[in-house]
Amino acid sequence: MLTNEIIQQKLTDKFGDSLTDWQVPFGMLTFTAPKEINLKVLQFLFDEPELKFNFLTDLQAVHYPDNKGAELAVVYHLHNWVDNIRIRFKVFTDINQPDVYSATALYQSANFMERETYDFYGVNFVGHPNLIRILNVDEMDYFPMRKEFPLEDQTRIDKDDDMFGR
Amino acid sequence: MSEHILLPEGSIEKQTTTLNLGPTHPATHGVFQNILELDGERIMKATSTVGYIHRAFEKIAERRALYQITPLTDRLNYCSSPINNMGWHLTCEKLLQVETPKRVDYLRIIIMELARISDHLICNSIVGVDSGAYSGFLYVMQFRELIYEIYEEVCGSRLTTNIGRIGGFERNFTNAAFEKLEKFLDDKTGYPAQLREFENLFTRNRIFMERTIGCGPITGERAMNYGFTGPNLRAAGVDYDVRVHSPYSSYQEFDFTVPVGTTGDCYDRFLVRNQEMWQSLSIIKQAYQKVQAFKGADAEIYHADVPAYYLPEKKDVYTKMEALIYHFKIIMGETEMPVGEVYNSVEGANGELGYYLISDGGRTPYRLHFRRPCFIYYQAYPELTQGGMLSDAVITMSSLNLIAGELDA
Repeated sequence: MLTNEIIQQKLTDKFGDSLTDWQVPFGMLTFTAPKEINLKVLQFLFDEPELKFNFLTDLQAVHYPDNKGAELAVVYHLHNWVDNIRIRFKVFTDINQPDVYSATALYQSANFMERETYDFYGVNFVGHPNLIRILNVDEMDYFPMRKEFPLEDQTRIDKDDDMFGR
Repeated sequence: MSEHILLPEGSIEKQTTTLNLGPTHPATHGVFQNILELDGERIMKATSTVGYIHRAFEKIAERRALYQITPLTDRLNYCSSPINNMGWHLTCEKLLQVETPKRVDYLRIIIMELARISDHLICNSIVGVDSGAYSGFLYVMQFRELIYEIYEEVCGSRLTTNIGRIGGFERNFTNAAFEKLEKFLDDKTGYPAQLREFENLFTRNRIFMERTIGCGPITGERAMNYGFTGPNLRAAGVDYDVRVHSPYSSYQEFDFTVPVGTTGDCYDRFLVRNQEMWQSLSIIKQAYQKVQAFKGADAEIYHADVPAYYLPEKKDVYTKMEALIYHFKIIMGETEMPVGEVYNSVEGANGELGYYLISDGGRTPYRLHFRRPCFIYYQAYPELTQGGMLSDAVITMSSLNLIAGELDA
């Protein structure tokens, strides 16, 4: 039976100390990998006969504007259907040079998900066959899900957010 | 099929035709655009464009309190919005560590399986419509109406339901709701009889079989690589079902089978959906029996006891101080969430519907991502249709159960 401890052990044996920030929030093993080796980690998780993480459940980005030098996180959710166990791993990248290797060669499903992530966060997936906007209009020249774009117009003065703001 | 050669764009010998199928075309049942490169009627190349009805739900959710996000989830897969609502409530409950009572779980299962039936019956009857058999669509429609009436009894609305709350339901199911449910489940006059008739019309219908067998097939391996989930994946022979793999809302107590197909073509997808409707009917019957076993005060339980997150009843708000305080706090979005990140998924009508919620301890999610099954498996569409006929592409699209609202979030 595959457990989080075994997965962590196998990954540490392979990649040493480069994988950091091990956590298990709500039972899902979570760790951070340097962005240079994201494909190596994905490939290892895919190929290793005991791990068999063959299904990319989800891929998205998160923006942490205060995390200087590593503002964007790309989050991968992987699922092993044989042992029915999920893991999550993140790679952080500088927002000024948001280059992350694309997982499309390994997972066809990453194609649209990476395009969506590019569309909203501007993560440049190196090696993606067709990295263009998908849900927004092609003419858009910014990445709307980044935190510097507030949902509501900040110039409005008719709303007092001190009292009821979130 | 592969012996056809595409001549370069603008070449004088170019024999192919470019056809714009969509964005608004009656056969696409939604706002999808496909630019097809046709040689006669055979599709050489398909390019899909999505995003015509993108409504920035993820961005909006970053400024909304938890209860205000439920109506956003309605508008993802609007053919089965209760499943989306429940998935969202379950995600919040996981983050807030709310335990729901058993009766709530069973009531939720009834609603979720009704939603699954209403989604599958639309999808399958639309496959019929697109292959030229309109009557099946009209046959089942009255039962979708009945399902909507049950929703209406429970929550007051029909299509975009906004059903339930964190911790349970807004009110107990009325007797009228249960009566309508019984009417729906009746073997002679209810949905089972109608479904049998529907299957009689299609399953061994020679024309329908000729039309759908071998149309838009995919192998299990390709389907997995393309991120297929739900009935489309199971039609390709992979028995992955979130209800079985990671049971939520007490699904582990129910006895049901996961139907699988073999070829992953339109016919198998149709059969798998039909079988799933039978399984859903059986689950609803089991859940209804379990609900009926609650007597006395237990039969009045319809929400968990979590006053800080569960919106209190209106009559309590007017008469009890505490209820008024919590009402105010919840409505004004002043309830703080615990810090954490959680991924939770439910078996939506067309696949694994996931919610990835990151909370930084504020009053709204720091980041919320919807894993929309449609969006992920739609990228296989060019591969499914390439080499086939134009009319097959239309059937393939409807049998994939693509819902524009879910595709574009």
